[in-house]
Amino acid sequence: MRSDAPFYAVMIALSAFYVFMIVAMVAADLGYTTPDRLLSVIVDSPYIRQSIRLSLISCTITAILSVWVAVPIGYLMARHRFRGKALVDTILDIPIVLPPLVVGLSLLILFQYRPFAWIADRVVFEVPAVILAQFMVACAFSVRTMRIAFEQISPRPEQVALTLGCTRNQAFWSVVLPEARGGVLTAGTLAWARALGEFGPILIFAGSMRGNTEVLPTTVFLEFQAGNLHEALAVSIVMIIVAMIVLIVTRMFGAERSML
Amino acid sequence: MIEVQNLCVRAGTFELRDVCFTVPQGRYGVLMGRTGCGKTTILESLAGLKPVTGGAVRLMGMDVTHLKPAERGIGYVPQDGALFSRMTVREHLAFALRVRKWKETRIGERVSELAELLGIAPLLARKPQGLSGGERQRVALGRALSFQPGILLLDEPLSALDDETRSAMYDLLQRAQRHEHVTALHITHSHDEASRLGDCLLRLESGQVREVPLDQARGNVTPHKAVAP
Repeated sequence: MRSDAPFYAVMIALSAFYVFMIVAMVAADLGYTTPDRLLSVIVDSPYIRQSIRLSLISCTITAILSVWVAVPIGYLMARHRFRGKALVDTILDIPIVLPPLVVGLSLLILFQYRPFAWIADRVVFEVPAVILAQFMVACAFSVRTMRIAFEQISPRPEQVALTLGCTRNQAFWSVVLPEARGGVLTAGTLAWARALGEFGPILIFAGSMRGNTEVLPTTVFLEFQAGNLHEALAVSIVMIIVAMIVLIVTRMFGAERSML
Repeated sequence: MIEVQNLCVRAGTFELRDVCFTVPQGRYGVLMGRTGCGKTTILESLAGLKPVTGGAVRLMGMDVTHLKPAERGIGYVPQDGALFSRMTVREHLAFALRVRKWKETRIGERVSELAELLGIAPLLARKPQGLSGGERQRVALGRALSFQPGILLLDEPLSALDDETRSAMYDLLQRAQRHEHVTALHITHSHDEASRLGDCLLRLESGQVREVPLDQARGNVTPHKAVAP
């Protein structure tokens, strides 16, 4: 009988190559600088500090908004059949497949039309544009996560709650949502992580004004363009550390099937 | 009393038409039939979880055909218990009473009474994870009976239990039904279960429900060896 060894050798070699490349990439970043230099870059640059602050605030707001929108959409898509569901499903995936720059450009054009045009002065190229650009992409991932979470929960407990005297609203809040708690947390974390890395739509829709609409990916881009490799790297390492924390938290809450 | 008149219900491509049967007040009805013949569909229609396309359902003399599940006054025990994973056993027993805004002292009394009746007092602080199959079904039964419904619907509640636990559950179900003065409809495909529990036996065959005489049903069953709980 022929050996299975060649089969596994090819499988393992290809897997090992990709895992090695990921680890090597991160290790190269970490090895290129020192913790002292990293700290001094962050402490010395008011733009980078402001960029970190805006990223943390905008990502948190985006995550909260995404969960608020993703929970009802995920629930309806998981539990109900309705006319046009396939079309809605496709529309919900558009932000995932659309090139990020196109999302930004589309938002920019959308705000030329009323009623959006009425508030364009306060939104476009301002901080709200950062949040809206992050939200438009991050929310799509949260929707996917919440849909999977609700699909994994049996409808039976909800039905039992209805027979026990609950309205649909009471059953949702007292039975369904607590059961989906892990999914909610994963959806929020995932939206946060996606928002942190969002660059294309922000560049077009919010601009790259230093200290104003500058978020971490913008900082990496601006510092790199100015030839400040160490500054760009320092910000990149901050993002890597945050991404690792998010990954660990998400894994802890069983998000193997999420899109992280 | 459960009265089903010319019930028509559809579930995907599956359809039941003109189903009629009655379970008299205070009796323990058992609906038998092969897997996939539509027993659960009928039960869900009675519970209001599946919309009917025709006919009428009367529970305790009231037409509930188009009422929401919450308005029907039925206790429902699904096959797997469908316990709420984030709640303790005590919270399960108190759930329907809190929805009805009972006073906490009354809720406490009712929870104690049910826990005693069903032998789950030592489990009150526990969550569903780690409960045995029999314990889960006792909790599901207690939750369904908590608000003193007139009707109890049980969807193959014993199918996942081992023989010994099932035998103990027979006695418990009968005791609970008599104690709570509830009219029960219990779905099963087990002749043994039907003959041990039912005092009104029904069989669903070819889309129609017919009553089975008790002596005929019990004649089909080999004598059951009782096992102490």
